Amino acid sequence: MAILVYAESQNGKFKKSSLEAVSYGRALADESDQDLVAISINSEDPNVLANYGPDKVLSIKDSSLINFTAQNFSNVISQYAKKEEVSILVLSSAADSKYLAPLLAVQLDAGLASNVVSSPISISPLVVKRSCFTNKAFNNTTLKGSTNIICVLSNSFGVHEKQSQPEIIEVNLSANNDNKVKVESVDEVTGTVSIADADIVVSGGRGLKGPENWHLIEDLASTLGAATACSKPVSDMGWRPHSEHVGQTGKPVASNLYIAIGISGAIQHLAGINASKVKVVINNDPEAPFFKAADYGIVADAFDVVPKLIEKLKAFKSQ
Amino acid sequence: MNVLVCISNVPDTTSKINFIENDKVFDINGVQFIINPNDEFGLTRAIWLQKNDQAIVTVVTVGDISCEPILRKCLAIGANKAVRIDFNALDGFAVAEQLKSLCEKESYDLIICGRESIDYNGGMVPGMLAQMLGFSFITNCISMDLNGNEVKAKREIDGGIETLSCSLPIVIGAQKGLVEESDLIIPNMRGIMQARQKPLDVLPSANSSTKSSVDQFEKPPVKGSVKLVDPENIDELISLLHNEAKVI
Repeated sequence: MAILVYAESQNGKFKKSSLEAVSYGRALADESDQDLVAISINSEDPNVLANYGPDKVLSIKDSSLINFTAQNFSNVISQYAKKEEVSILVLSSAADSKYLAPLLAVQLDAGLASNVVSSPISISPLVVKRSCFTNKAFNNTTLKGSTNIICVLSNSFGVHEKQSQPEIIEVNLSANNDNKVKVESVDEVTGTVSIADADIVVSGGRGLKGPENWHLIEDLASTLGAATACSKPVSDMGWRPHSEHVGQTGKPVASNLYIAIGISGAIQHLAGINASKVKVVINNDPEAPFFKAADYGIVADAFDVVPKLIEKLKAFKSQ
Repeated sequence: MNVLVCISNVPDTTSKINFIENDKVFDINGVQFIINPNDEFGLTRAIWLQKNDQAIVTVVTVGDISCEPILRKCLAIGANKAVRIDFNALDGFAVAEQLKSLCEKESYDLIICGRESIDYNGGMVPGMLAQMLGFSFITNCISMDLNGNEVKAKREIDGGIETLSCSLPIVIGAQKGLVEESDLIIPNMRGIMQARQKPLDVLPSANSSTKSSVDQFEKPPVKGSVKLVDPENIDELISLLHNEAKVI
């Protein structure tokens, strides 16, 4: 029996959420007295994982798995999960891992819990706490499969370094891929931080009055190394792309710091960003519901405050 | 072409979420139920296929009689027929198995589910159903074009967009972008009247297994009140974020 964690990488580099999943797997392996096996697919440097405590790393290299396709990746991972007699498979909540999870659950006849926010409440039976109702509540879920799958919610468990000397096994696969779904092209936004991976998210709402003022959001984000996001009306009006819409029907945010500028804080928006640890709101309406959900607030016009904030932060960063 | 749209009955996005019976049961008192928003984007896309490609659109939900109003709404929006599988599922796995048994009896070329429901947020059913049926699967789908049997779709990835191609049959995990919010169809009186005449079949449940159960709910801890910072004293905010919150 072993714990298996899939360490997802993008362009050969491990995602932060993958390292968090490995850390989660390590804690789980210690608690249940099992080995932790990590599996990586076409990562440039599988040795990086030795900083997070696996007992064994299966490093799979296969030119046919350069592009992510859910079917091929789940075939490979489920094959090794069976081989290693895995009791619990740990995945991150990155987009590709969430895509894989239900396919793997069927292939492994496994119980599945996504958006898991902490170490299991109990190992036997396996009970986990997960977020539900779009962060408006949590539930305790008992997983009853002989194999079970846990998807760790990003930024909930944290990345914990733990040195280990894993056996690193290079596997050259000649997977007979059926490639029912072909990747035609990948269009990645380079040079910016994605909302999923960001420690800090700077988000703008209708209070910014128009897309021409978005340089305020972008400048503040680049000063902080943050991702940019927006409220639903802003994406509905086409000021910003849908990919930036955060909230109940948009992307969930679970950053360390969320800065909302000119966002009133509708219940659907607050639900989507509630998993963020620290929330700052800047709004000229002191009655805006966001002030009830935030940790820190400034009642003022964004057009006055944000340029000052950028200037002060630049000075702070250069100290 | 036969299109199946899987619908989940969920609390309205503005609902206050409360629990009863020692936090073991969701309190439906005063809660309005709606078509899961991600499913509604998918339904709208299916209606376009009905209008442009003569697709037959069936909507299905797994649940008890309390789910029927949203199925009627789907019919009023334009679906040709509705199916309710009479079963109170305990987890996504069981829902997927119920849907699978329907899909094995009928032959659907395209199955559209919302990428996840806004109540349990499991994101399980579409992928499980695809895997059980051996269909291709594309989730977080923000655009889909059909040309005969060929599908071209875009999906949102972390920090970008991927363009994919495959052949029918396929399961799609729909989200906003597949159609726009402004494309959603508000049923008119004619649609509502017609919906009364359209078939809503109730099917008995098939055998299914349950691999997880929800035992207990919990609400997030109540937040302390906001610390207001003087707009003339931005340094204080930076100091709070650095020294107190330790996030910068």
